[in-house]
Amino acid sequence: MRARLAGWVFAGPALLALSVFFFVPVLAAFGLSLTDFDIYAVASLENVRFVGAGNYLRLLQTPLFWKALGNTALFVVAGVPLSIGASLGTALLLDAASSKLQGFFRTALFSPVVTTLVGVAVIWRYLLHTRYGLINYGLGLLGISPVDWLGDPRWAMPAIILFAVWKSFGYNMVILLAALQTIPEELYEASRLEGASALQQARLVTLPLIAPTLVLVSTLTMAGYFQLFAEPYVMTQGGPLQSTTSVLYFMYDEGFKWWNLGSASAVAFLLFAIILAVTAAQSLASRRFRWSEP
Amino acid sequence: MKRIRARSLAVHGALAAIALLSLVPILWMVSVSFMAPGEASASPPPLLPREATLDNYRQLLAQAGMGRSFANSALLATLAAALSLAFNVTAGYAFAKLRFTGRDRLFRLLLGALVIPGQVAMIPVFLMLKSAGLVNTYAGVLLPAMANVPGIFLVRQYAVSIPDTLLEAARIDGAGELRVFWSIVLPSLSPILVTLAVLSFLGSWNDFLWPLIVLADDRLYTLPVALASLTREHVQDSELMMAGSVITVLPVLGLFLLLQRYYIRGLLAGSVKG
Repeated sequence: MRARLAGWVFAGPALLALSVFFFVPVLAAFGLSLTDFDIYAVASLENVRFVGAGNYLRLLQTPLFWKALGNTALFVVAGVPLSIGASLGTALLLDAASSKLQGFFRTALFSPVVTTLVGVAVIWRYLLHTRYGLINYGLGLLGISPVDWLGDPRWAMPAIILFAVWKSFGYNMVILLAALQTIPEELYEASRLEGASALQQARLVTLPLIAPTLVLVSTLTMAGYFQLFAEPYVMTQGGPLQSTTSVLYFMYDEGFKWWNLGSASAVAFLLFAIILAVTAAQSLASRRFRWSEP
Repeated sequence: MKRIRARSLAVHGALAAIALLSLVPILWMVSVSFMAPGEASASPPPLLPREATLDNYRQLLAQAGMGRSFANSALLATLAAALSLAFNVTAGYAFAKLRFTGRDRLFRLLLGALVIPGQVAMIPVFLMLKSAGLVNTYAGVLLPAMANVPGIFLVRQYAVSIPDTLLEAARIDGAGELRVFWSIVLPSLSPILVTLAVLSFLGSWNDFLWPLIVLADDRLYTLPVALASLTREHVQDSELMMAGSVITVLPVLGLFLLLQRYYIRGLLAGSVKG
């Protein structure tokens, strides 16, 4: 009895705070997304009307929403595999490095992760500068003519993907490295005695054993990449020609620039539904797909 | 032997190259922040200042009010860490060690809620804070971040390993629940408390979207919000902007280097089991 009461007393404050600032607002957001809550409603609640699925239907007919969805999809589809690939590649390199240098390299490669996104986005804006940027200078040494990274609608999103991969690959690298280090050395010894090549070892020992971690980090990274916002806000302001306007950027403008809070809530819920669907599909696929002997 | 040596050389060479790519933007930022106005806009881009100057920092502190933003960020991040400790630690302990009705179902609900992106709650929270007169205040930035599920999860995972016999023994000796928590649970949790504090501090310092929404008055801006608004005014002043980035980025980078062990532990706790 006493422990039961104590449990509620100890967990209570956090549960209350989560309810007030998360669970109730999530429900309220759904309610809000069914209304035409706008700048007039901010002034007086009498101006709110129930519009049912109106916001959702209108969004699905808004070209800019589809454009934002397409841009975000491109960011996810290109960015996540690149990011996971970089994480896995560097984790394998670190795993093979001498133990003396491993710590130093791990810290160096991880540093971009802890930096403030807005701060490093500002740096990259200048690195990507058409005339004076280090990146075009480097390309110039290879004989490649300057690219107008952030000013050309074809290149702005690739530039943002490049930046995001640089900023975030170290996170999954540390997790994958930890997973690699749990693989017992005997397994490699045994496979070597059986005459397995390095490639066969990677396919038959390393990959199956880190597969669960790989699936987990891919899912989490994907959910995170769907929430693209600060990079375009700082680097391109959604442009040029709205080529970097993401779903969240669209929501921010809709909600806090135009004060269409009902419609912005609908955007948030659509994003949520997409993330949920994609994550569920991925976990279903990974459950059906089993590592089997070839 | 020779093959092993060549392989090791290739591995370390590749790592050195990637480390350079990771660090060059940060090092270049520091270097440009000491350059005179306009100096970085040259081809080829200069790597070091001709003559190091602190003018950019002086201008930022005197005119752009970045000193104030720095103080705002430091204060809010410290308070965020303190609040996170106050709310998440007791809850994490309760979910690990105290049996109460509905505990396991509640915990599953919390974990399930992790799939909901935080932005979904933002608009109603904003309206709620607005009606309470808390928009454009420090409290408005802090209140939604008091308790968070990953924090509770982190503490719970660590608290599970406290032996029940230790807690029972103290209870038999007549210690109340509060005393058990204070003199047995808290000391054995101390490493994870540092982890939680570091993660919360860095999370608050680096946060952008929520302070951008809540804060309207530039005297209350945190560093990322101030820096983002500065970029919209001073696009051409790369040296000034780099100094702004240094003020924003280096404190957290330094904190990370100092407390790296605790940070990495928190990062791994959520993803790799056992």
